[in-house]
Amino acid sequence: MWKSFFGGIHPYDGKDLAKTQPIEEMPLPTELSVPLSQHIGAPCQPTVKVGDMVKRGQLIATSEAFMHADIHAPTSGKVAKIEPRPHSGRGMCPAIVILPDGEDAWAEGLPLARNWEAMTGEEILTAIQEAGIVGMGGATFPAHIKLKPAKPVDTLILNGAECEPYLTADYRLMLEQPEDIITGAQILAKVLGTKRTVIGIEDNKPDAAEALEKAASGTQIEIARLRTRYPQGAEKMLIFAVTGREVPAGGLPMDAGAVVQNVGTVAAITAAVEQGLPLTERVTTVSGDAISQPKNLRVRIGTSYRACIEHCGGFREEPDKLLAGGPMMGMAQQSLDVPVMKGSSGILALTKKITEHPEERNCIRCGRCVNACPMGLVPSMLSILSERGDFPKCRDSYGLMNCIECGCCTYVCPAKRNIVQYIRLAKGEIRAEAERAKAKAAAKAAQAKEAAK
Amino acid sequence: MSEREMKATAAPAEARPAAPADPVFTISSSPHIRDGETIDHIMWQVVLALLPVALFGIWWFGSSALINMAVGIIAAVGSEYIWQRAMHQPLTAMDGSACITGLLLAMSMSPLLPPYMVAIGSALAIIVAKQSMGGLGFNIFNPAHIGRAALMVSWPVAMTTWTKMADLSGGAVDAMTGATPLNILKMQGYDALVATFGGQGQMYTSMLLGTRNGSLGETSTILLLLGGLYLIYKGYINWIVPACMIGTVAVLTWIFGPAGLFTGDPLFHMMAGGLFLGAFFMATDMVTIPMTIKGQIVFAVGAGALTVLIRLVGGYPEGVCYSLLLMNAVTPLIDRWLKPRIFGTGLEPQAAKGGAK
Repeated sequence: MWKSFFGGIHPYDGKDLAKTQPIEEMPLPTELSVPLSQHIGAPCQPTVKVGDMVKRGQLIATSEAFMHADIHAPTSGKVAKIEPRPHSGRGMCPAIVILPDGEDAWAEGLPLARNWEAMTGEEILTAIQEAGIVGMGGATFPAHIKLKPAKPVDTLILNGAECEPYLTADYRLMLEQPEDIITGAQILAKVLGTKRTVIGIEDNKPDAAEALEKAASGTQIEIARLRTRYPQGAEKMLIFAVTGREVPAGGLPMDAGAVVQNVGTVAAITAAVEQGLPLTERVTTVSGDAISQPKNLRVRIGTSYRACIEHCGGFREEPDKLLAGGPMMGMAQQSLDVPVMKGSSGILALTKKITEHPEERNCIRCGRCVNACPMGLVPSMLSILSERGDFPKCRDSYGLMNCIECGCCTYVCPAKRNIVQYIRLAKGEIRAEAERAKAKAAAKAAQAKEAAK
Repeated sequence: MSEREMKATAAPAEARPAAPADPVFTISSSPHIRDGETIDHIMWQVVLALLPVALFGIWWFGSSALINMAVGIIAAVGSEYIWQRAMHQPLTAMDGSACITGLLLAMSMSPLLPPYMVAIGSALAIIVAKQSMGGLGFNIFNPAHIGRAALMVSWPVAMTTWTKMADLSGGAVDAMTGATPLNILKMQGYDALVATFGGQGQMYTSMLLGTRNGSLGETSTILLLLGGLYLIYKGYINWIVPACMIGTVAVLTWIFGPAGLFTGDPLFHMMAGGLFLGAFFMATDMVTIPMTIKGQIVFAVGAGALTVLIRLVGGYPEGVCYSLLLMNAVTPLIDRWLKPRIFGTGLEPQAAKGGAK
């Protein structure tokens, strides 16, 4: 069996900062700002008004669109405002601001006590959809859509790789709640009808693997110890490591007969199916060398980064970067008022010692990026062509659109070139060009129609 | 809305006067961490790897070797500095790459070459072959080799004047003591070559240790190997490049021997001339060789084959410099042809096999 992929890197992982910290319940903050867009797809529309009283788990926003995930109140309290608020992915985004009443009361009837084994696949899917569950590794793809693949799949893979440096939330979850993950895996295997279920874990977390193995005894679930190598947790790399199959370029995991779910998502699915609990909280790692006491926190959705960091003793040193997610793929934030969302795997504050790099120079064609690219691209050429503005050549001759933006190329570049940034620029330009072409064609068609009249 | 509230809305910064100001965060594209490797560090590591050979050159050839290497380095770094100052470019003359060029140039030529010629070669290498192309990373040809080739056509006699070597044949053959082993081979044949060294065993020994005639830094096979292994161990060069180049030379010289097929002396050809210097330190110059492993193999085998062609058939006794320059010229083509396979492309219908159960 394949246990790894081509390329990749092995960066300093920084996991020691928080890995020994058990998951801690974060107290309710004074205000929760729940963004209406926490998933891939259409943003939700509020179903509550300013002034309404809500209970924890109550639906507060939904959408008519197929591609969306419902949003629920993270605690009981009053809807104070509905206004644009900082958002970790899109600058500002409309959010429902809830002032907790301190009672933290569940909506009526919750939690339920259901036996998943007595439920049909359709009922389970409905429960997952109603709980508003998305991919919690960071991709935030609505789970109920992913669990209805258009092609037959034979393998369910749980992603416990957690290859991003510093992040330990999934690790703690696997260590502390292995039963929830195993139950969730069984639930998903039933829904998908898959024969094989594998939990992929990097071999730097042997205790988590053991905990899961213990919880999985008596089941058919396999625990695969994978080589510790970033980006082992990238979906395509993980599928390859576990099954030896490659997701075709431009394809989806189901094209390789697999469905991948993050272990955090799976634990949330267990709560949604067994207890009917919507996704209102998640485990996130607050870490980095600028944080006084790095911790793994169970946080309500909508809690600000500021509150989380204050709970961790504030800053120990002047931070240079505030990141949503890990240091390889996370997004740099400008405001501490950004809230934790369904896809927030970590909050990192890093000092200049870690984030400052020498100035960018010319590519010296050393080929390190070529050897590091898990997708088999030539990142150096992509960066040079993008810098030159030759975006179509990036796409046509160098497979631009296959880039997963994992950052390995940029990490290893001795010339300190911002390769991923150049690639994102090229991708953006290509997409914008396609949009323009589409608009032009539409205008032309409309004109022709007009003329024909 | 009271007046106070209005003020708070208008100037939210004043709403929390007691709280200390938030840190100003840097915004940039991911990834936010990098490894510590820099161009400067790589380049100086290569200089370090060349140091044993350079010291051996000084010990074996004397002070002229020291002078030539110093002149080569100073001229290279100096002309890069002057060029960058004149062109208002960022000053990167001290990044080690110019130092390598000057050092390699001096090491690939006779220790008897007048220092002013070394200086001219260095300046040509840096200005014509490197800076006029856009600086480090944009040069198509290895600058040191361009400098050497330029001197070769300008002062062919000075470039082929070698130190005297003791004639150990006892006068049995009319040995050319002022020639390199490859020269003797070309002019007088294999037997005379062995006789000059006083026997095959002695020949191999002095070729291995470097106690022979030749360019300043090419003679000591064992020290070049040591430096090369250091760079391989550190991950700066790929072992496959020198292995393929030296291997190709060995196989071809063995096949096309002086007395018919499979009568050659591959061991001699491997250690002769500038092959080890070229294979470990020039065929691995990251700027001028292909970026993919596949491309590098093609490059190395091609360079090895051209070296043998020049040595056995061509007019020059040695061909490492020109073969590498020729392969430098086709490197952009190799890079265009031999790209890595993009993950998930060119698959057998294996995806269907996986998916369609």
